[in-house]
Amino acid sequence: MFNPSARQLAAIKTAVFIVALLPFARLVLFAVIGQLGANPIEFITSNTGDWTLYFLCITLAVTPLRRLSGWNWLLKLRRMLGLFAFFYVVLHFTTFLWFDHFFDIDAMLKDVVKRPFITVGFAAFLLLIPLAATSTNAMVRRLGGRRWQTLHRTIYLIAPLGILHFWWMKAGKNDFEQPILFGTVVAVLLLLRVYWSIAQARTQKRQVSPRPN
Amino acid sequence: MLIKRNPNGIDIPFASEITPRAVFESRRTFIRQLALGSIAGGALLEMATREAFAQSAAQKLSAKTNSAYVVMDKPTAYKDATTYNNFYEFGTDKTDPSHYAGSLKPRPWTIAIEGEVKKPMTLDLDSLQKLAPLEERIYRLRCVEGWSMVIPWIGYSFAELIRKVEPTGNAKYVEFVTLADKKQMPGLRSPVLEWPYVEGLRLDEANHPLALLAFGMYGEVLPNQNGAPVRMVVPWKYGFKSAKSIVKIRFTKDQPKTAWNISAPQEYGFYSNVNPDVDHPRWSQATERRIGEDGFFTKKRKTMMFNGYSEVASLYAGMDLKKFY
Repeated sequence: MFNPSARQLAAIKTAVFIVALLPFARLVLFAVIGQLGANPIEFITSNTGDWTLYFLCITLAVTPLRRLSGWNWLLKLRRMLGLFAFFYVVLHFTTFLWFDHFFDIDAMLKDVVKRPFITVGFAAFLLLIPLAATSTNAMVRRLGGRRWQTLHRTIYLIAPLGILHFWWMKAGKNDFEQPILFGTVVAVLLLLRVYWSIAQARTQKRQVSPRPN
Repeated sequence: MLIKRNPNGIDIPFASEITPRAVFESRRTFIRQLALGSIAGGALLEMATREAFAQSAAQKLSAKTNSAYVVMDKPTAYKDATTYNNFYEFGTDKTDPSHYAGSLKPRPWTIAIEGEVKKPMTLDLDSLQKLAPLEERIYRLRCVEGWSMVIPWIGYSFAELIRKVEPTGNAKYVEFVTLADKKQMPGLRSPVLEWPYVEGLRLDEANHPLALLAFGMYGEVLPNQNGAPVRMVVPWKYGFKSAKSIVKIRFTKDQPKTAWNISAPQEYGFYSNVNPDVDHPRWSQATERRIGEDGFFTKKRKTMMFNGYSEVASLYAGMDLKKFY
């Protein structure tokens, strides 16, 4: 089984980092050469939103992939992938706040309260902040592994909220192809966890229950 | 030769700097003649003819400007107006129509006018186009999604057609039906809307001189992605009220069931007049972004009631436009 050495792992991490930055680099390049289309702000908003969802899916895929392949080292990539989801959602939110509302916080908050699809997206964004803030080793130590893990399981809520945000945004246009795709991927990734935890509970029960009569 | 660099450093010129088609075409003719007459003109000739060939796809359509219907806003760049489109029959992405509308055959084309009229008729495109003199009118176009353009259309008032077909006393509404041919329109495979696309107006709205039956834009016949060969343009309503690639016009007693109203009635009403005071459920309609003009650091502009066409206000006297959105 493939088990990278420390040097190989460092190389893999660097490669993943560079690849994960490519969508951003593409946006910057397109902005420079004027290829963002007729409505650049809409392009950036939808593009950064898409990449947030992609990285949420990829991050959620680490555990299932690790279990299915036995590649435990995949776990070492997860923090970076999660932080890239955060990076793209910050770009997404900044575009909304800056170019849609021109930092008019009042108008923005009104939007958040009034329009459910923005409420949900904003909630998902806020919930991601503590996860990003506690991503360092020092924070893991400070919180203690168990509490840290409980906190980071909010991702199981954040990802569906992100999909719901996207779903509602597309709802009026009746264009569900992409939301269905994202929704299915996230559902599969979460259901695998449910399945495994049920299976695990059963084996534990079996190990406990046989008793001499 | 003096080569001038665009001062804004971007290779997209300002709309005001775009050379009118007639002018650059006459320049090409000049170059061609020059090339023909010169010994070393081989390369030039090739250049001139190649460019002329690239242009020949677009067919010119001339019309006299009707200055009563010209807004002073700067027209949107042709490239933006033809590559940023909502035409779900060719896909739901803004760039889909310009990529996939090549499969539409705008000629030959017939259009059926039927229902509550004394003279129902089926016309081919040429007869329809000859019903009234063509005019150029520069209109604002406001999309329900919160962006806007300014487009020089070519056509005539829909009222001219109404006059020719003589509606009966029963006619209260007009229904417009878009082509729905799977062979020509790949977007029909997707169930985003009930096909064919149907839109409608009240008869008095359709009779308003602003309501335009359009055959062209920017001095040319309509590009496929913009609704070739014939479409409606109703500038005081959101863009989706203006049916494209029309094959049937029906005069009816009852209010037509329109595509977007069927799909999401809480979001898209039958009237859908541009109204900054009535928000779309998912965004405000108070402001809009002018495509190609309002850049990153420009605040969005305020949307005007009836998109600035206040002359239509009397059509809605006594109506609560929050209820009839």
